[in-house]
This record gives sequence, C-alpha cells and structure tokens, in this order.
Amino acid sequence: MTVVLNGQSLDLPDYVRTIGSLLTHFHLEKKMIVIEKNGRIVEKPRYAEESVKGGDRIEIVHFVGGG
Amino acid sequence: MLKIGNKTFQSHFLLGTGKFKTLDIQKKAVEASGAEILTFAVRRMNIFKPDQPNFLEQLDLKKYTLLPNTAGSKTAEEAIRTARLAKASGLCDMIKVEIVGDDQTLLPDPFETLKACKVLLNEGFTVLPYVSDDLVLAQRLERVGVHAIMPGASPIGSGQGILNPVQLQMLTETVHVPVIVDAGIGSPADTALAMSLGAQGILLNSAVSRAKDPVKMARAMKLAIEAGRLGFEAGRIPRKAVAVPSSPTEGMSAIDQ
Repeated sequence: MTVVLNGQSLDLPDYVRTIGSLLTHFHLEKKMIVIEKNGRIVEKPRYAEESVKGGDRIEIVHFVGGG
Repeated sequence: MLKIGNKTFQSHFLLGTGKFKTLDIQKKAVEASGAEILTFAVRRMNIFKPDQPNFLEQLDLKKYTLLPNTAGSKTAEEAIRTARLAKASGLCDMIKVEIVGDDQTLLPDPFETLKACKVLLNEGFTVLPYVSDDLVLAQRLERVGVHAIMPGASPIGSGQGILNPVQLQMLTETVHVPVIVDAGIGSPADTALAMSLGAQGILLNSAVSRAKDPVKMARAMKLAIEAGRLGFEAGRIPRKAVAVPSSPTEGMSAIDQ
C-alpha cells in the first residue's frame, strides 16, 4: 500500500492498517505528535481504529524550536 | 503580574526556543530567563529519525505554558490549520498568530492576521497576534477579542531594537489587553526601554539564543524586563528643556570677601 506521508510517497507493509499500527511501524508511539489524515486531524483516542488506506495523505507534525 | 486570557504569570518574559547551539545551553538559558511561556513552531517530523533530541520532550511541562506559533504561514487558512494542529497536541490552547506578508522583511500581513484571529477566537483559542506597531490595527484586533497585542519592535531577528518608541507608547497607552513586544529586540537596553514604555511583556528569541553567552543574556534580559517594568510603574519624571538643580539653591555658606 502506498500513502503520502509528510509529502513523501511511501510503501507501507501490509500490517499497517491503522494510524496506531503506522506509529508502531515508525516507532513513534511515545512521541508528542499530531496527526492529520487527508486534511483532517485525527484525535489521539482514535489512533487505534482510524484506518490507513492506499492513497491517504498523512501528516505527522511535532513541536520544534521557534520564536 | 502578566494576565493573558484566563492565565496569570509572574514573569513578563516569553522566550523563543529556536536556534540555540545545544539543548544543554537552551535548558540553562530557559532556567536563567525565569520565563514561564515558551514559544515553539509546528513542523513535520522526520519519521525516519524519531529519536532526534527534542527540547519539548525534556521540559517539565507543568512548569511552562507553551505558546506555539504559526510561523511559515502566509495566509489565514495556513495559520488556522497550524493552530489547530498545535491545539490537537493537547498541550496548549494559546497560539501566536504569525502570518508573514513579505518575505524580505518578514513583516506581518495585517489583513490575513485579523481574519485568522477571528476564526481562532471563535474556536476558543487564546490568541496572541504578531503585528506591526499599528495602533488602528491593534484596536481592530482588540475589538474582535484577541488576548494580547504583539507588535514587532523592528524586523524579526534583526536586533535593531525599538525603532519607533513613540508609536509603541501610544499602543501601550491605548489598548487594554497586554502589549507584548515581539521581534527585533537586540539588547537588554531595548528590553528595558520597551517595558518602561508600558509594554507588559517581551517575547524574544535570537537576542538570547544567538548571544555570545545565551545563559548570561537570558538573565540580563530577565533583569532588564524587571527594571523596565518597575520603572514604568514608578513613573518617570517629565522631560524638561532646562536644568533643574537637585541641591538647595539657598543657604550656601559663602566665603567672606
């Protein structure tokens, strides 16, 4: 399955079917991050059930230093 | 005391977290500044390097209030999206609305800023817009309900200090929400001047993070903010065109001729 993750086209293994498993795949489960799927924010309690499908545009953002 | 929306702070210092040489220096500078509000930017994560050190993850979040910015936005729509992403972190409901209208000077776009502020206020954000030192714009923003006005003293990162103290004083004397000078501060003298003109807070980043000794500069800025604020509250003497002696003019013991 191919998704666009942070602007980059990526092939994901079959076991990635939800946002939760996507985070596990990239070892991001414990990170302070915010996720947007197809322009809509995915709230944390929904990570486990929110599906990831081919063609989805997913953004994973976090806080960095800034003024 | 600085009151922004429903929150109160002892410190009038808001410190940016960009461009520090190391996380260790940054931590010490934050400590030395006494700042209770720290600004951040929202950016894409490098998902292939999730273990890159991140300052936020090393902070005691009970001690600090986070003020994410919408830096990088050029339209209200972009700023609103960034603000929503920041709020979805569950870490904060304050937002510094920063919408740049000119790439060269990084001066803010007043029209897009006003538009974004209206939407974000409706969504319950505590909104602090970065703006030029324009009095009428500040009044318009105050009328829609922003929680502070954050005029630039001079262009972002320029360190040119308070280019227009007259305009800044008019702002602090006119608007009823806190005026927080944001951008352009170069030295503790700039900071003290801004505070003594009635600013209720200073938001700066480069002046500390790019200083030769950021930790020492953080402390210098803290002291300058306190000095400036005290000076403002104490009330400076009016300027006079001529000298006025401080010592009695009568009762001089004269030499007998």
